[in-house]
Amino acid sequence: MIDSSIREQLVVPEAIRADIVAHARDHFPRECCGVIAGRDGAITELFRLTNLEEGVTRYLMDEEEFFRTYWEIENRGESLLAVYHSHPVTVAYPSQTDIAFAFWPEAVYLICSLEHPEAPALRGFRIVDGAVREIDVVDR
Amino acid sequence: MTDASTTTATVQVLIPTPLRTYTGGEAKVPASGATVGEVIADLNARYPGIQDRICEADGEIRRFVNVFLNGQNVRKLGGADTGVKDGDEIGVIPAMAGGDRS
Repeated sequence: MIDSSIREQLVVPEAIRADIVAHARDHFPRECCGVIAGRDGAITELFRLTNLEEGVTRYLMDEEEFFRTYWEIENRGESLLAVYHSHPVTVAYPSQTDIAFAFWPEAVYLICSLEHPEAPALRGFRIVDGAVREIDVVDR
Repeated sequence: MTDASTTTATVQVLIPTPLRTYTGGEAKVPASGATVGEVIADLNARYPGIQDRICEADGEIRRFVNVFLNGQNVRKLGGADTGVKDGDEIGVIPAMAGGDRS
């Protein structure tokens, strides 16, 4: 029996967190996006990917980069543990667009908010069949 | 069209994690057909339901799914009608997208 009061956790090492925030700031006011590989639930590597959307409220990962990166991760025996994108001016919570386009229930969706530029927020979610469940993002 | 489009070929299909519920967890499965669309239909014969996740009712690739033939997006080739040959590799992958405001 699984105790539903225990929230799922993802350890995001400080260096990875700093990389996501730096990527978000580099792309401000546009959104950034990328994927994170892992082995046995532990993060191994972050890949910055290209956001093809020109506007400031959407992201669409470059599909060729994503395809290539996804299989590079798979072929070395790791998995797509998480994906991330930034919310340049809004809260770190999945938007209706994020939920509608969440085709990857196996991945944690990390959202980095620059709503408060001096205090970036990073939160993680599972998005499965339109349902959002927050997970704990911890540094160790 | 080239001869490839009329000759049935056996190819390998790369299945992404969200679609492995259909393939019993397999990441790489063989399938046959003369075109990308036929390969996907053949895949569906073995793994019922997978075609609807990849193609629209008219057989074209769904908007938020990408299909690669030997690393090239088939949208830039002939879409579902793109011919395939023995030993080709077809990769299916849902788009990764979202946004800040709805």
